[in-house]
Amino acid sequence: MNKNIVLCGVGGQGTVLASKLIAAAAMQKDLPVMSAETIGMAQRGGSVFSHVRIGEGIYSPMIANGEADIIIGFEPGETVRMLPFLKKGGTVVTSSRKISPVTATLSGSSYSGDGMIAYLNEQVKELYIVDAEKACEEIGSSKVLNLLLLGAAVKSGALGLSEEDIKAAIRTRLPEKFHALNFAALAYARPARCPRK
Amino acid sequence: MHKEFLMGNEAIALGAVAAGVNLVSGYPGTPSTEVLETVAKRRADAAYVEWSVNEKAAMEVAAGAAYAGARALVTMKQVGLNVASDPLMSLAYIGVKGGMVVLVADDPGPISSQTEQDTRHFAFFSKIPCFDPSSAQEAYEMIQEAFAYSEKYHTPVFFRPTTRVCHGYASVTVKDADEYTLHQPDGFTKDTGRWVIFPRLSYQNHIKIEERNLTLAEDFSSYKRNQIIRSDDLLDSSGGIAGFPDSKTGRLTAPRKGIAAGGISFTYVMEALKAAGSAPVLKIATPHPFPERLALEFLDGLDEVLCIEELDPVIERELIHLCGRHHLPVKIYGKLSRHVKNAGENTRDSVSENIRGFLAQKNESAEGAADLPNSPVQNGAPDLPVRPPILCAGCPHRASFYAVKTAMKGKKTIFCGDIGCYTLGNAMPLDMVDTCLCMGAGLGIAQGVGRIEPDTHCFAFVGDSTFFASAITGVVNAVYNQADMTLIILDNSTTAMTGHQPHPGTGRTMMGEIVTKIDIEAVLRGIGLTTVETVDPLDYEASVSCVRRVAEEPGVKAIIFKSPCIAVTKPSRSMHVRPEKCISCKKCIRELGCPALIVSGKIVSIDASLCTGCSLCSQICPTGAIVNGKEGDGNE
Repeated sequence: MNKNIVLCGVGGQGTVLASKLIAAAAMQKDLPVMSAETIGMAQRGGSVFSHVRIGEGIYSPMIANGEADIIIGFEPGETVRMLPFLKKGGTVVTSSRKISPVTATLSGSSYSGDGMIAYLNEQVKELYIVDAEKACEEIGSSKVLNLLLLGAAVKSGALGLSEEDIKAAIRTRLPEKFHALNFAALAYARPARCPRK
Repeated sequence: MHKEFLMGNEAIALGAVAAGVNLVSGYPGTPSTEVLETVAKRRADAAYVEWSVNEKAAMEVAAGAAYAGARALVTMKQVGLNVASDPLMSLAYIGVKGGMVVLVADDPGPISSQTEQDTRHFAFFSKIPCFDPSSAQEAYEMIQEAFAYSEKYHTPVFFRPTTRVCHGYASVTVKDADEYTLHQPDGFTKDTGRWVIFPRLSYQNHIKIEERNLTLAEDFSSYKRNQIIRSDDLLDSSGGIAGFPDSKTGRLTAPRKGIAAGGISFTYVMEALKAAGSAPVLKIATPHPFPERLALEFLDGLDEVLCIEELDPVIERELIHLCGRHHLPVKIYGKLSRHVKNAGENTRDSVSENIRGFLAQKNESAEGAADLPNSPVQNGAPDLPVRPPILCAGCPHRASFYAVKTAMKGKKTIFCGDIGCYTLGNAMPLDMVDTCLCMGAGLGIAQGVGRIEPDTHCFAFVGDSTFFASAITGVVNAVYNQADMTLIILDNSTTAMTGHQPHPGTGRTMMGEIVTKIDIEAVLRGIGLTTVETVDPLDYEASVSCVRRVAEEPGVKAIIFKSPCIAVTKPSRSMHVRPEKCISCKKCIRELGCPALIVSGKIVSIDASLCTGCSLCSQICPTGAIVNGKEGDGNE
């Protein structure tokens, strides 16, 4: 199996943990993994990304344009920003909840998450949208966006990993008291809840 | 052996541990920081680890350990090497007994640095050997080899990863603890002819160093990580032959081409060649001393070589030099010939583009290749949000800057900033950083401006960790030379930007000891300042009046704004806006730029998930509309 996965969002949203879980899940299947992510000054409220590459014959942790099998977007504008990485016919899983940057608040300019989702709808055939606000409310925690999106990515089939694979990774990487909540978030995605556009 | 999913910096740390490192010193700086932290976390029992006060101190501590026969590692980012260059340049002449690796992380881009300086050039300058890893796995193995070379040649060696190697992760095969080398230092042996630098010794050692580097260049030509990679499959993707003799006729169908690369760019080259066609690749793992014999072997029979590297054209110049010295008719392309961009980091895509263009050229009329495209243009994409880095919600620096700004409104001022989170005070709407140069420089710059413009109120802002690292000299200079300036210490009790490392003011060491805190106020008074006021920046009125009072005093005076970083303290309850009182003046948003303040509809609201309850906004709200606690919980 060879998979190129791009995760993206805004600093502090939990993209790093999601990429670590994917990597751990792949390593448990004895697959070589490489990844790269944003660290340092750019993290503070800035756009962040992780590249995860799974499989043999890989030299570089970085993904090239048009090479990603799947983009997992934590924020609709950030998902659009990463779109050049998506390969033809690739899959996009995205949260629909926008995060307005301070620059927009200051200048009074409007930034519309809906506009981003509409654009994704035009551009991407295999698009899965997670209504994070509703989902977090139903699950009862605002801290599970990463597992919600991972769940939807698993369901899309484009991740090449099963729910069980991710669960096994959660067991090794997270304290036990958080397992049930994260399992629930992982299992949340169903076609009715995360529509394919 | 077993496999672990490791960040490049973690792999480097575990490699050093496997090599039996006895002492690690360093100063935090992205992208180098995690190396030292990982040694402390994984192996604090086996090695002494310290965050030194700055890179110069760290370099000297590591050198002392290596004098005593220990294996020593010192870590820093590229600009840190500038601070440590004084001891290093002399150490190059003196040499070491135990292995000493000077890890300097370079930052092409730059992604979180002031400069795009290239430590490989520092290796040439100081005549110190340099190792340049291309991946986490290679870095793990290479640092062990670097210790061995250092001991074999009695010289410190550079180990120079770049950001994408430092911060890339990979499943890395590492040794089990029982496979580690145990290194027993045999102690310092007195020998003034060896350890005391004098002009005569420097002259004698200079001769030896030049000889040694010739030997090393030969040694490195056989070092397995310098290599020529020849593909068996010489067909390019279009089915044509990419510059090699036709196997049947033996005739050349096109110029014979090769690619030279090092570091992370080597991996980009190998990825690009999967699609772009074949060419022999020269991988340079030791840019200095340059493995000349191997390079000559590579150049033999080629007509054109494209060099792919980041920062300066180091490999390119070496190859041009070799071609000149050996009268080789090989054209060398790269940054100098404008075929590769000469600033910023390489990407998978930029390298693919470089290589495609290079291999597609029919002949040498290649001068001045076209500009490289960045990511493909997205047709019709809506405008993307711009997200510059900003001070966190609740950051005490915001309050400190705002207090100074308010107090000094209408007066002629200059606000000299420094390196740390507080550099972000430059962003709108605070706009409180007029200059920023390097660590500790704000103090000197404020003094210099004051000499030329005596009517300007000169301020220097410096963080607590930076104060200890490199600002104290500037304070002494100001006091001694009778400057007129206000020093603002932004004391958040940690080294925030690089991930909360302890420093002399925190009372903790990297070995976990609780030690006496070095008191900044006492240091300032010891230097001779008579006005030193400490104030909580989250008390807005007190802070503004303090600045007004202190700024009017003559001479050098200081204010310590003391409030801990929000990342190391528990937040208090978030603020909230009483909608009936908010008049939508948006003063809080316009003046503070706090990411927790958002406009919802006409009025302002507060994102409770971000707000730490610092209450600065409520203190400046003209109608008292922002209050602590939740609506209706009796706290209003």
